[in-house]
Amino acid sequence: MIWDVIVAQSPALLIAIPLLFAFFCPFIGKISNMVRNIWVAVGMALTSAVALILAWDVYAFGTRIYVFGAQAANYALPLDSGGIPVRIIFTVDPMSALMQIIAAITGLAIILYSISSEQRHSGLSSFYTLYLLMITGILGMVSTGDLFNFFVFLEIVSIASAGLIAYRVDKGLAVEAALKYFVLSTIGALAILFAIGIYYGEYNALNIAMIASRMQFTVLDQIALVLIMAALAMKCGSVPMHFWTPDAYSMAPSSITAMLVVASQASLYGIFRVLFTLYNVTLNTATVGWIVIVLGVLSMVIGVTMAIPQKNVKRLMAYHAISQTGYMLLGVGVGLAVLGNQPLMDSFGYTAMEGGIFHIINHAMYKGLLFLTAGAVFFRIGTYNLNKMGGLGHSMKWTMVFFIIGALAIAGIPPFNGFASKWMIYESVYVFNPILAIIAMVVSILTLASFVKVFHSIFMGPKLPEYEGVKEAPLPMLIGMGILAVIVILFGIFPETVVSTLIVPAAHALTNQGAYIAAVLGGV
Amino acid sequence: MFLNIPYIAVVVLALIGLATILFKRNLIKIFLGIVILESAVNLFLIALGYREGGIAPIYTNAPAGEEMVFSTVQALTLTSIVIGVATTAVMLTFAMVLWKKYGSIETNKIRRLKE
Repeated sequence: MIWDVIVAQSPALLIAIPLLFAFFCPFIGKISNMVRNIWVAVGMALTSAVALILAWDVYAFGTRIYVFGAQAANYALPLDSGGIPVRIIFTVDPMSALMQIIAAITGLAIILYSISSEQRHSGLSSFYTLYLLMITGILGMVSTGDLFNFFVFLEIVSIASAGLIAYRVDKGLAVEAALKYFVLSTIGALAILFAIGIYYGEYNALNIAMIASRMQFTVLDQIALVLIMAALAMKCGSVPMHFWTPDAYSMAPSSITAMLVVASQASLYGIFRVLFTLYNVTLNTATVGWIVIVLGVLSMVIGVTMAIPQKNVKRLMAYHAISQTGYMLLGVGVGLAVLGNQPLMDSFGYTAMEGGIFHIINHAMYKGLLFLTAGAVFFRIGTYNLNKMGGLGHSMKWTMVFFIIGALAIAGIPPFNGFASKWMIYESVYVFNPILAIIAMVVSILTLASFVKVFHSIFMGPKLPEYEGVKEAPLPMLIGMGILAVIVILFGIFPETVVSTLIVPAAHALTNQGAYIAAVLGGV
Repeated sequence: MFLNIPYIAVVVLALIGLATILFKRNLIKIFLGIVILESAVNLFLIALGYREGGIAPIYTNAPAGEEMVFSTVQALTLTSIVIGVATTAVMLTFAMVLWKKYGSIETNKIRRLKE
């Protein structure tokens, strides 16, 4: 009985629970830090549980829609509306469910981690409030079936993340990074709002399914596409507009950096949703596909080459994050370039898309893990500068193990998860265009080289006298990193199972525009 | 022509806003540019919502045969204004902190991240 209610209302609970816990967090914080930590952990655990229940339901029984304020949760079209969905609708298909799984797992691991990593700082009530708001925004962005709603959640994520990036003022440096991020985000969000206005003016609708079913691909639609693509590509840190990423990622607290990775991927999800669900084959798929591929290749190459000379470990990892985003764009871009051509789609298009989408979840896990290990090292020695580190492998053994797992995964070494998704991208992209696959492999090798250097300078070498008393990171931080490390290994050992249960439905949900429209508007 | 005036105003405002963001060095002026750009977008939304001869969708007041106009864009604009207030507040807070820490809000002085 109560189970049925939870399953039926889960899309609403997904937003309501973290919002409720965020709202009460400052009041609970007045009682004691201990109670507040428990409150936040319980809130995040409940959110993750609801997200996983909803994802399970979607994978088992197909796309779910949830209509706010209707008589029944799936009552999308009021009888007297003339077939127009007037209410706010959440449309959760397997692609959204996959993003919810990512946010749920990393969110939980990070909250466990930050309970000990942030304990020495003040103002933690606002920290956790903003953290929960960020989770709310990310979950909303990936669940919503309404464009304006997407904009609102995007702004919630921007405001919360900007606050969190600036959280450790750090003589103003963190505020500078946050300001750069926030000004760009705001301008980007206004571009998206302008595009939404264009859609509304043309099609009298805000619902993604409704606009998709009426899509004409006129000149105005092209302008709107450019505005949305530019803004979201900036938000996900793809190359021509990547310059905020290293600043924001390196100045934010490490736990937040790991969450920013998930937030960037929610923007990436936005790009895919717009390209595949909103436009689909009305686009000139070859041209737009190649634009996405070029963005991806540029991100891969420039990201990794900028990463190699960096001295700040988090700045270096941030450039690698840009480079890895390139892989996702490359995989999905190849899928888009051959969309509508069924034989090519079957021979390599779907594999490329599955590789790109699989890389999203893998990247969130191992990159989150790497940022958390960097944070653990910072927690003990107080610097991110690679030249000042050394010999920490003697005292921080577990952190070192987790770092090795993350580093091998990002470099695409079997049996870790990065290998599984990169392999899918290589083999499918090679059929499409061998040069692209070779560039991807070279980037992978450079990534490995870069991480060998980082590993060597942080953990290897004799014990340094100034780090004599350094101990292992505290247990909650290790548990947080451990959750992500276990997933990295499991996904690497059983890629077949993960791909067939999680990734294939997501890729097909993304390409099958008709099913998405039918789920909201009824049979087409 | 007359009905296009709001759209012309949107373009002019957006250009003024973008030019201010790109060419001014003072943070407060950049924020003003963002606010102007935001007003352009809000004006665009509101202009879209106008339908000639339409009336407000209040059922009991509706004379027979009149076109009712759905008030979605007005709701969107209200939401967008509220979000705009929040973003402006956050940006001004950042400017305050930077002023305290750096003693300047000129963008060419705020670049310590790049050494």
